[in-house]
Amino acid sequence: MPAPLLQLTGIGLSFGATRALDDVSFELRAGEVHLLAGENGAGKSTLIKILAGIHPEHEGTIRLDGREVRFATPQAARRAGIAVIHQELSLVDAMSVEDNLHLGRESSRLGGVWLDRRAHGQRALALCRELELELTVGDLGRPVGDFPLSVKNRLEIARALSGEARIIVMDEPTSALHRTEVDRLFRLIDGLRARGVGVIYISHKMEEIYRIADRITVLRDGRLVGTAPRAECPPATLIRWMIGRELSQQFPARPAARPERRVALEVRHLRVAATDPARPPVVRDVSLTVHEGEIVGLAGLQGSGAAEVLHALFGARGRVTGGEVSLADGAYEPREPRRALARGLVLATADRKATGLVLPLSVTGNITLAALPRFSPGGVLRPQAERSAARARVEELQIRLASPEQEAGALSGGNQQKVALARWLETRPRVLLLEEPTRGVDVGAKHEIYALLNRWTSAGAAVLLISTEMPELLALSDRILVLHRGEVAAEFPRAEATAEKVLAAAMGATSAEATKTES
Amino acid sequence: MKATRWFNHPGMRALLALGLVLALGCLAHADGAFFRWSTHRDMLRQVSVGGILACGMTLVIITGGIDLAVGSVLGFCAVLFAQLAVHRGWPVGAVVLVVLLAGAAAGTASGALVARLRVQPFIATLAMMVFARGLAKWWSGGQKISSAVQKADGTYVYVDLPAIFQWLDARLLGGNVAAVTLVFFACLGLSWVVLAKLRYGRYLYATGGNEEAARYAGVPIARAKLLAYGLSGLFAAVAGICQAVQEQQGDPEAGSTYELTAIAIAVIGGNSLAGGRGGVGLTLLGALTIGYLEKILSINAVAESNRLMLTGVIIVAAVLLQRRRAG
Repeated sequence: MPAPLLQLTGIGLSFGATRALDDVSFELRAGEVHLLAGENGAGKSTLIKILAGIHPEHEGTIRLDGREVRFATPQAARRAGIAVIHQELSLVDAMSVEDNLHLGRESSRLGGVWLDRRAHGQRALALCRELELELTVGDLGRPVGDFPLSVKNRLEIARALSGEARIIVMDEPTSALHRTEVDRLFRLIDGLRARGVGVIYISHKMEEIYRIADRITVLRDGRLVGTAPRAECPPATLIRWMIGRELSQQFPARPAARPERRVALEVRHLRVAATDPARPPVVRDVSLTVHEGEIVGLAGLQGSGAAEVLHALFGARGRVTGGEVSLADGAYEPREPRRALARGLVLATADRKATGLVLPLSVTGNITLAALPRFSPGGVLRPQAERSAARARVEELQIRLASPEQEAGALSGGNQQKVALARWLETRPRVLLLEEPTRGVDVGAKHEIYALLNRWTSAGAAVLLISTEMPELLALSDRILVLHRGEVAAEFPRAEATAEKVLAAAMGATSAEATKTES
Repeated sequence: MKATRWFNHPGMRALLALGLVLALGCLAHADGAFFRWSTHRDMLRQVSVGGILACGMTLVIITGGIDLAVGSVLGFCAVLFAQLAVHRGWPVGAVVLVVLLAGAAAGTASGALVARLRVQPFIATLAMMVFARGLAKWWSGGQKISSAVQKADGTYVYVDLPAIFQWLDARLLGGNVAAVTLVFFACLGLSWVVLAKLRYGRYLYATGGNEEAARYAGVPIARAKLLAYGLSGLFAAVAGICQAVQEQQGDPEAGSTYELTAIAIAVIGGNSLAGGRGGVGLTLLGALTIGYLEKILSINAVAESNRLMLTGVIIVAAVLLQRRRAG
């Protein structure tokens, strides 16, 4: 039997007093998709960073094709054929698509001085075709920042492929993708598998794990729990390995909605123009009602306008182009986030890095930021009050940290997400607009967030929810509205909503096909 | 997860840089001159004007901006102060108030360009830097404003400088501390209160740390920036008064390149130009580092040419020493 493509033995790494990884061994064969699972902070990202040459001081050995190697720099790892697609996108927004795809491996002529623009353009087009990215030659010259997250995500993958990688690490590649795009990604991974590329895949989504993984390895608290072929590691085993205990069910039961509840948010004929005035409006005509204690799911594919509805209601896009909005206490005009917050309306955004957290600020500072006037009567901060509030939220959401005074940027992705939620919680909101509230969060933490949503709504809060994870959307929503091209295409009460119906409506199937109910 | 070794704290690294400079002073003590209190007292007096500017610069840098106009605003305020106090003979209280308001107004104007019209801080304050220097020259007619007052017939008479010129130039506490040094410490204290104790201080950090996220969290970004630049202008006015007092005149050229000194002090102390991190404690360490460095070079009679070159090298060394560990 030939040596495995990649073999890690006895890998360990400490940060100060923290033992991030301890004696972890891992093997990747050519042509295999090896799933790496574990709760937030279990050490997955650290292991990937070691593989990517970011922590050359690690213990243990790395063997590539049976030969021992040690990557001193990220460049060395890349040259050895290891490409990492990071959870937090690492594209340069201001640079063009084409330049991003070739960043760090430019083709050049004249001894490396002149960039070979033509070769770049051709290779970029070929890559986009391979990834089914419908970009024109003109699009290749546009800055990456112009494109939505889902396109950026695939560009990130394209960039990894442009380096002729033999080992590709995908850290939650689907967190920003819609279902059809996930299918596309999986076809691509199948192609990689056939070419003998080894894929290390990190995901928290059950349905993906069992569609794509050949073998599964689980880490917990920096240690190896086990490695098993997919067939020998059913979901119950996987969850037990990850959290060290049994979870009775994936979603807690929703208490039945009481119909007599008051209206918390009413939107009539909302219209939102595109950022580029030459393009058609992103939201054409959306009307919806959310009652107190109710969770309304907003479904829709990329470009449906679902995310824009949330951002526009929060006032993050300035004044809306048309329509009327009212809250429980009267008419409301979206203009800027400050006004929304003052009316008890909050938006937890999906893009944690750009619009969620202030990473250099302490965890405490982040948690109290949106409710700061309450913690500073007369303009003077009350550090005691801030600390005790932060401690309570850290406890409630089980945020794992060294100290509430540490910078939020030092936390793992899932814990950052919890800090962001804690901040909105601290404002005591009446209407919550949630965009992917469990993105990048591990199974155990997801469970906590679901339970939290139930508690909020029992206390009378209204929730408008977007989630690309269909099981989550179905399990949490009392009603689901499906958006297609900026309009409400269908509405399903909880009992009638199925993944098939929602997806069909989101893809623009006729009302008969989608068995549309009253709207 | 990041390493939390002691030297990863920016304050510790700034202390290390200061310690190295002090060690240099102990080695090159110029026949014991470095060990005399008067040397330290003079160092503190000489670094005070730059340090006062650096207080405002720190506030602006924490919002992720930069204020290039402080040197010119200092020049204009020095001229305005000397003109009103010496030539017009206004009461000192009124003069100080007017000068402080003028400085704050200049800073607020820069802030309005940055916050409301979304001009990049570098460009907005570059424009204010040129404008305020022009204003200083126009106001003074290009002349240094001193105790020599030109009469209508072209002759000069000499008037007495108002008492504030003595007060601020005096040594207090038994001759051990210069008055301007106490003004510097007062500015440090005021900045510290703003940054560490007030709601708006937190808003400054949030704005610099991630402006979009801060906006989503309801932080009044524009008002926070106006406050930072306004205070920077106010501190420039304070520095202008101190400068005029030390020179015993209002020089329209006063304070040119001081903005660079202020930036150097803030950065050597470990305040991140990226914004969102830092504090005036670091600025104090930076001021001491720069002050001691220049003092040590001057008591050892190092030629100005070599002094400048050495200072450049040491600034780079100090900043490299403090760089956050990658990863």
